[in-house]
Amino acid sequence: MANPLRAEVVQLYKTLLFLGREYPKGADYFRDRLRAAFAKNKDVSDPEKIKELISRGEFVVKELEALYYLRKYRALKKRYYETE
Amino acid sequence: MSARVLVGVKRVIDYAVKIRVKPDRTGVVTDGVKHSMNPFCEIAVEEAVKLKEKKLVKEVVAVSCGPQQVQETIRTALAMGADRGIHVEVSGKDYETLGPLQVSKILAALAKKEQADLIILGKQAIDDDCNQTGQMTAALLDWPQGTFASEVNIEADKLKVVREIDGGLETIKINLPAVVTADLRLNTPRYATLPNIMKAKKKKIANVKPADLGVDVSSRLEVLKVDEPPQRQAGVKVETVHDLVGKLKEAGRI
Repeated sequence: MANPLRAEVVQLYKTLLFLGREYPKGADYFRDRLRAAFAKNKDVSDPEKIKELISRGEFVVKELEALYYLRKYRALKKRYYETE
Repeated sequence: MSARVLVGVKRVIDYAVKIRVKPDRTGVVTDGVKHSMNPFCEIAVEEAVKLKEKKLVKEVVAVSCGPQQVQETIRTALAMGADRGIHVEVSGKDYETLGPLQVSKILAALAKKEQADLIILGKQAIDDDCNQTGQMTAALLDWPQGTFASEVNIEADKLKVVREIDGGLETIKINLPAVVTADLRLNTPRYATLPNIMKAKKKKIANVKPADLGVDVSSRLEVLKVDEPPQRQAGVKVETVHDLVGKLKEAGRI
């Protein structure tokens, strides 16, 4: 693996793993899928491709944060506010 | 501005967890159950941090009352951008009976000690749904209050608060220092990311006891019992309208 990018990939993995703890379908489900996804791409060596995969990972991070926020917002809205 | 904001955060059972009543009916099962920061408190922290980013306030202090575990909640607030934390140690029986009155006395004492100019709290906790702490704190300090805030702006030396009330929105202008309680639509709380959590480990959390603040945490309330809400009865399916009418007559409805 390209050396400077390795640190970025590892950090991305750690961030996703951390976020996955709150996944609605279960932290284990998420962790298995995460490992499979990273393992599938472990032989990629072209730096451009690696950067593209990293940005795809960062997109997933944003999607997860949005998912968690919306889930919480909708649950609280349903519980505390009269639905018309 | 040299303003200091005090933000109260409460550690509660996570909003997504299914609540179970203890078999002895004295309370709710909390052992081994996932806890996190009260969602309205997250919104309060986010608002305080936003004010700091806009350079309208200088320091954000996160406060929580409870046993050792509430330090996790304070750390989350620090990871979201608070500058330092204060852990008011309350444990055991005192913690079980800790309610809005005691917390508001603690917050009022801390506000005076830390010379805070603004207190932001969540409007209510999702475990007790009291919706009292903000109001009581303002009363004890004799400060104005902007509760159910869905928008907060600092204009000159005053606070403009848009409140969510039955029937719409109310805009009020109040003097600083003041107490604000956050409603759901005030903002979108940021997620405490891993690098921020690491950075937050360096921020200080001070330890204080209620006695140091001259606050008596004994409660005048006693919980008699805690029950689950009544189970929903299963519906009955009928074949024809005739049967439906018959069943309704049986139930004495017609």
